[in-house]
Amino acid sequence: MSDTPDPVVARNPSETVASFEHHSRGALDRVQHFLHRFPTMVPVIVLLLSVAVFGLVSPNFFSAFNLSLILQQVAVVGTLAAAQSLVILTAGIDLSVGAVMVMVSVIMGKLSVDFGIPVPIAILIGLAVGGATGALNGALVTRLKLPPFITTLGTWNIFLALNYYLSNRETIRSQTLDAEAPMLKFFGERFSLGGAVLTYGVVLMILVFAVLWYALNHTAWGRRVYAVGDDPEAAALAGIQTKRVLMSVYIVSGAICALAAWSSIGRVGSVSPTSFFEANLESITAVVIGGISLFGGRGSILGPLIGALIVGVFNSGLRLAGVDVLWQLFATGWLIIVAVAIDQWIRKISS
Amino acid sequence: MTQPLLYARNLVKRYGRVTALDHADFDLYPGEILAVIGDNGAGKSSLIKAISGAVQPDEGEIRLDGQPVSFASPLEARRAGIETVYQTLALSPALSISDNMFMGREIRRGGIMGKWFGMLDKPAMDAFARQKLSELGLMTIQNIGQPVETLSGGQRQGVAVARAAAFGSRVIILDEPTAALGVKESRRVLDLILDVRSRGIPIVLISHNMPHVFEVADRIHIHRLGRRLCVINPKEHTMSDAVAYMTGARVPEGVAA
Repeated sequence: MSDTPDPVVARNPSETVASFEHHSRGALDRVQHFLHRFPTMVPVIVLLLSVAVFGLVSPNFFSAFNLSLILQQVAVVGTLAAAQSLVILTAGIDLSVGAVMVMVSVIMGKLSVDFGIPVPIAILIGLAVGGATGALNGALVTRLKLPPFITTLGTWNIFLALNYYLSNRETIRSQTLDAEAPMLKFFGERFSLGGAVLTYGVVLMILVFAVLWYALNHTAWGRRVYAVGDDPEAAALAGIQTKRVLMSVYIVSGAICALAAWSSIGRVGSVSPTSFFEANLESITAVVIGGISLFGGRGSILGPLIGALIVGVFNSGLRLAGVDVLWQLFATGWLIIVAVAIDQWIRKISS
Repeated sequence: MTQPLLYARNLVKRYGRVTALDHADFDLYPGEILAVIGDNGAGKSSLIKAISGAVQPDEGEIRLDGQPVSFASPLEARRAGIETVYQTLALSPALSISDNMFMGREIRRGGIMGKWFGMLDKPAMDAFARQKLSELGLMTIQNIGQPVETLSGGQRQGVAVARAAAFGSRVIILDEPTAALGVKESRRVLDLILDVRSRGIPIVLISHNMPHVFEVADRIHIHRLGRRLCVINPKEHTMSDAVAYMTGARVPEGVAA
């Protein structure tokens, strides 16, 4: 830092062009700046606080078993939230993720059980279908320039209808899967780690987040996803092919939905075309509570993982405390509103 | 006389019945600051867009270093070394200074991590960004990982100019760089412009601010009614001359009325 440059004699460009202005800040201002730098700290603090509070209220809450149960419960929606995060980072929203997931689980189940296709191939086809649904959403958003909200509201209905058509509204039962396609239930299998009991679905969720974290923070693709979400015009002028980036985001997101589909079969134990009806909104909830801005370009991918855990902790904690289920919804509602309010407040810094 | 680095003749651009460029000419010589001034609607921005690849002229010829060129997009112009700093700056506010400088041309790591996993070489990019900023006297930005939105207007302009000057560019076009800035910050940006020129990179400066234009420009291209009216030397003309030519109140010597 130069020693207080005189602005009048700024003829010499060195050291003066970009000096910082150090004015003292209030405590609240400092909190705002801190959260602006580390937006994920909000959900982290909320998670730690809620774990502490529920731990005090109900002694059973703190057992490794209960905590690992929470992980199991959020595994599917958490994986879906990873897919949702990518789209929301580009200032979009994907209302179709849940429908894609259920439809792909039906496709994986139908192909393996009714059509006798080897399970690994059925899974690969399911993943490809997931990517294709993303490509459809992406094409509608980038080529026809439809708003993502409307696009995915439309495709949500379409995929739901296809899901009912393909499944004939019939569930593939657990016993049938055990007999003919046990691999589909892989992510429901449990293993114990210390006192905790985890499923491979939990591992999958964590892996998906880890890979996305790497891709978003350490590859050119990731930086471009943020740039496109932050200010698409600026990104285009800076030489980024924004449509291509958006397209890739929707395709990857669709493929992650398909992974979540596989995981959901293990979680439910069967293939049910009517399961996870609220998964769309639950995934958005996790992303918003996780501190990713709905206006795009801001927030860490690890936030939604924590967001999903917060919802899980609230649900488990309130249940153990013997509170009526309706209060779980009530609490989640307030969490969303507070999260978005904090996001707005943090964003004010830029003006 | 040396050969112009960037040369255009008889550029025509029509939008329906409106002729934005009416056989416009343009010359930029190596190492100079050429200001482009003109009334609103005179076709300055169409001229600049044609040169920077944002618009494709219907007729006419553009040469870069003597070679005929035609740019289908700003990206192509940029690859040829013509960098534009837009009035909006085209920076991503939430991303870091370093991320912004390398937007669209990131450096990957060597080895397996870079080749197969596309891992970025952040230390190299940060070091390069820091070096470029300090070359332009912007060293007091200490934290290269700082988001651009936490910088002042002048600092942002500095980052955008540094980005334009950093990648072996041959021409930098600055669109109204001081329009949104206060007196002090404008001063710093003008110094920055002079500094870039002293590195041998010629600059096209589009500005409405006559004092700024007269202070830094070596020559002034006056655009009127879709074409180049004249080029004047700021040392031989006054600001009121320039404004009179620009608005048509007076006709410069040697130009047919």
